[in-house]
Amino acid sequence: MSRLLTVNGLSVAYGAIEAVRDVSFVVEEGQIVSLIGANGAGKTTTLRTISGLLRPRAGEIRFDGQRIDSLPAHTILAKGIAQCPEGRRTFGRMTVEENLQLGAYTRSDDKVEADIRRVYELFPVLGERRQQKAGLFSGGEQQMLAIGRAMMSRPRLLMLDEPSMGLSPIMTQRIFDTIRELQAQGTTILLVEQNALAALALSDRGYVIDLGATTLEGPGPELLADTRVREAYLGEG
Amino acid sequence: MTTLLQQIANGIALGATIGLIALGYTMVYGIIQLINFAHGEVFMVGAFGGLATYRWLLPEGIRGDWYLSLPLMLLGGVVVAVTVALLMERFAYRPLRNAPRLAPLITALGVSIVLQEAIRLWFPDADAAQPFPKAFLDAQIKIGPISLRATQLLLIAVSIVLSVLLQTYVNRSKMGRAMRATAQDPDTARLMGINPNRVIVLTFAIGAALAGVAGVLYGIDITNVDNAIGFQNGIFAFTAAVLGGIGSLRGAVIGAFVIGLIKTLGGQYMPGGTQYDYVWIFVVLILVLVFRPQGLFGEAERVRA
Repeated sequence: MSRLLTVNGLSVAYGAIEAVRDVSFVVEEGQIVSLIGANGAGKTTTLRTISGLLRPRAGEIRFDGQRIDSLPAHTILAKGIAQCPEGRRTFGRMTVEENLQLGAYTRSDDKVEADIRRVYELFPVLGERRQQKAGLFSGGEQQMLAIGRAMMSRPRLLMLDEPSMGLSPIMTQRIFDTIRELQAQGTTILLVEQNALAALALSDRGYVIDLGATTLEGPGPELLADTRVREAYLGEG
Repeated sequence: MTTLLQQIANGIALGATIGLIALGYTMVYGIIQLINFAHGEVFMVGAFGGLATYRWLLPEGIRGDWYLSLPLMLLGGVVVAVTVALLMERFAYRPLRNAPRLAPLITALGVSIVLQEAIRLWFPDADAAQPFPKAFLDAQIKIGPISLRATQLLLIAVSIVLSVLLQTYVNRSKMGRAMRATAQDPDTARLMGINPNRVIVLTFAIGAALAGVAGVLYGIDITNVDNAIGFQNGIFAFTAAVLGGIGSLRGAVIGAFVIGLIKTLGGQYMPGGTQYDYVWIFVVLILVLVFRPQGLFGEAERVRA
């Protein structure tokens, strides 16, 4: 398997506050990799830096062997990295259909319509209400829309930031089933989750981020069994 | 009764001019949250661009044919207005993109003064009225008891057509979608692969083109221009944009017609006559800011998640 994404010694600061000080991890093609850790550990900052919304102070990010850490954000998507951001961030005053079209903004091929239909098949509720404004949808439905929107660019790497946040257990299960399905279709997934149990159960590999640094790593099931992880993130011990 | 109808017609014609300018204010605000106080001056340089085209570029032979000279003057006005707006965006506002919001606002006031004075390099007497050609469209058109200049009707028609075209472009086209996305959530728009600079440049260019058209049509209607018309009409347009709800295209156009009507009707019927017609416009501005700061069609300020 080839290394699709490599993050090495990443450090990111907001002014004087260092949100990420030493994050390193690897995402192999075809895998689901999750970054877990407490609120404020630096997971979202890491994703936003990969997407180019933030600039690293040190370290490097390679995608498909090529350095991408100084590219402007709007060019990252065209490289094959899509992000489904924390808090969903759907365009609330636009329709479902327009949100999906925006996800395909960089594409000029004629398969966009077919891909929109595929999203509707995956999430029928979106198809039924395609002309309604995204802001009228429930949190879980907006999460579906945000994932669908991110899929519209046909990314090689899909980064999902807290996709289960604020969702009911049933909805969370649906979202995680979808992630597995996307992997089966060949998309590589980088997942950021506070819900460590669900995320690790799904992941080929997991990394624990604590206070802005990667501290533990291993295959998902192995980390799930690690007493340190269980004590810190699964409320045991 | 005739007077009332006549003043309503005049108000609508004035509103048409203000509306074309107000669209630029509201679009730029929608994208980068900047009140571009120099936008009135873009209207002014547009008018002078049309005048320069007439004086220095049009051959004598076609000056009298309005169907040739008017489109060329409009083109000249639009080219000058768009060029000035893009230079202003690139060199005055872009370097301040991440500065506190007060910095670009004060810069806009500075740019405004620079443009008012810079126009005198080409028109040294621009601080006094400069005659604008009108002979080629010098007709009065009677509609029932009221009579309008052909140029006023032209302004109303052009303003309505361009507003509808703009609304359609923003709502239906791919770039229009990108503009709305950037206005709603700039960071997420970048995650969609939208280049914010491209959207911002396009926004300035469209706003300037509309102001340029307005400037030339205003010139041929009023038959003279000076370097203060930008300030005066810019303030009206700004008020219209705030009244309609800054950021809203529909609001800007409707707000402009309301302001036009307030000015002509206030000048006719309120104490003080035309000497005081500005007062009523600013009374409205103050009332809007106090009681409905989001304007007629604007959204109340929200905190983003």
